[in-house]
Amino acid sequence: MNIKSARYEKDIQENNSSITAIINGEEYSVPLDPDNRHYQEIQEWVKIDGNTIAKAD
Amino acid sequence: MTKAAELAKMGEVLTNSQIGGRRNIIINGAMQVDQRNSGSSFTPADTNYTVDRWRYTASQASKFTFQQNTGSTPPAGFKNYMGFTVASAVTVGNADYFAITQRIEGNSVSQLELGTANAETVTLSFLVRSSLTGTFGGALRGASFGRSYPFTYSISSANTWESKTITIAGDTSGTYQTDNTTGLEVIFGLGVGSDNSGSAGAWTGSGHFSATGAVSVVGTGSATWYCTGVQLEVGSQATPFEHRSFGEELALCQRYFQKIVASSSEQSLALSSGGQAFSSSSAYMFNDLPVTMRSKPSIFNSISALGNFGSFAANGGGMAISGVSIITSRSNSDRVTASLTVASGSFTAGQSLQVDGGNLDGSFIAFDSEL
Repeated sequence: MNIKSARYEKDIQENNSSITAIINGEEYSVPLDPDNRHYQEIQEWVKIDGNTIAKAD
Repeated sequence: MTKAAELAKMGEVLTNSQIGGRRNIIINGAMQVDQRNSGSSFTPADTNYTVDRWRYTASQASKFTFQQNTGSTPPAGFKNYMGFTVASAVTVGNADYFAITQRIEGNSVSQLELGTANAETVTLSFLVRSSLTGTFGGALRGASFGRSYPFTYSISSANTWESKTITIAGDTSGTYQTDNTTGLEVIFGLGVGSDNSGSAGAWTGSGHFSATGAVSVVGTGSATWYCTGVQLEVGSQATPFEHRSFGEELALCQRYFQKIVASSSEQSLALSSGGQAFSSSSAYMFNDLPVTMRSKPSIFNSISALGNFGSFAANGGGMAISGVSIITSRSNSDRVTASLTVASGSFTAGQSLQVDGGNLDGSFIAFDSEL
């Protein structure tokens, strides 16, 4: 799984509600769910130096 | 087969309760369902799904093209198969791997009692065809991908469908998941280096993809490898392939992936079950999923490829929707709530609305909870 970027999204209460990530060249909205395969891969991706999940706009 | 052998086989099948419904643990073993690509050819990336439930994995990019059916005649009794063609041949290094796998949810293999003294014997059967001949490989893998049983099968005639059967004694070691995570994985190697290969015919405490010395399909330019009729069942006999109806198979696939598509004749098809605006620029859409998914799904849509979604508000007006983001705390495996990013237009707080494909042929929204 090739992850290019990841950014948190907020709900209307201004809480982090999901991650928008570019995975294998496609944009996914990923839930903050440890059972979700994209979320799992993002957690592995952030362990690599230089990779971070950007704050919500 | 002699009459005596037939009777012996029947007796074993009866003893092992292999008759009756739901023998096949594999989903989409006949490769009927292709929600993502609808039969089109594409170049799969690592972890991309091909036909439903079948996951491609590779250490190098752009070495294969994939298509549900590639122009060859399927084997008798089948309409579909999965087809790989080598796009760019490569000599497989020790760490390289190219494979197609099905990750089976733990909830669906708990009856096998893997990792216990009562582990069930299983039989894997399939139809395969390749432009190459020789000894090919694959594996069963489980226990958090830490245990595997590499296997081999021979293809003796090029470009000819052949039936293969592999019987595997249940693994009595390891801790196998029986929940909504991966319980067992069926792997067909298409070129696997020594780091990920092991001796065929025994369970091992390593997560191998294939058997040592197996044919490397990816090593030959334009080589093909086709497969269908994959069945994994309890017992030591391969019974005839369990053909399920298309509707049943689709529903089984939808636990892991669902796609709503607005085709040319349905360009205003609702892509949401409903929605509501909270201000002039914020709104949620709601989707009741037709099948309970394995977990909270990721959302994937056509906006970046085709253009913005549209919206249709009850009190008139609409907005262009340029983004859809799942709200984790308001979603589960049955229902999804997502916030909408507004590109243009204006809502009125309190409006009910639906999201559509913006009159763009092929607009879609997809929900992914694959393993």
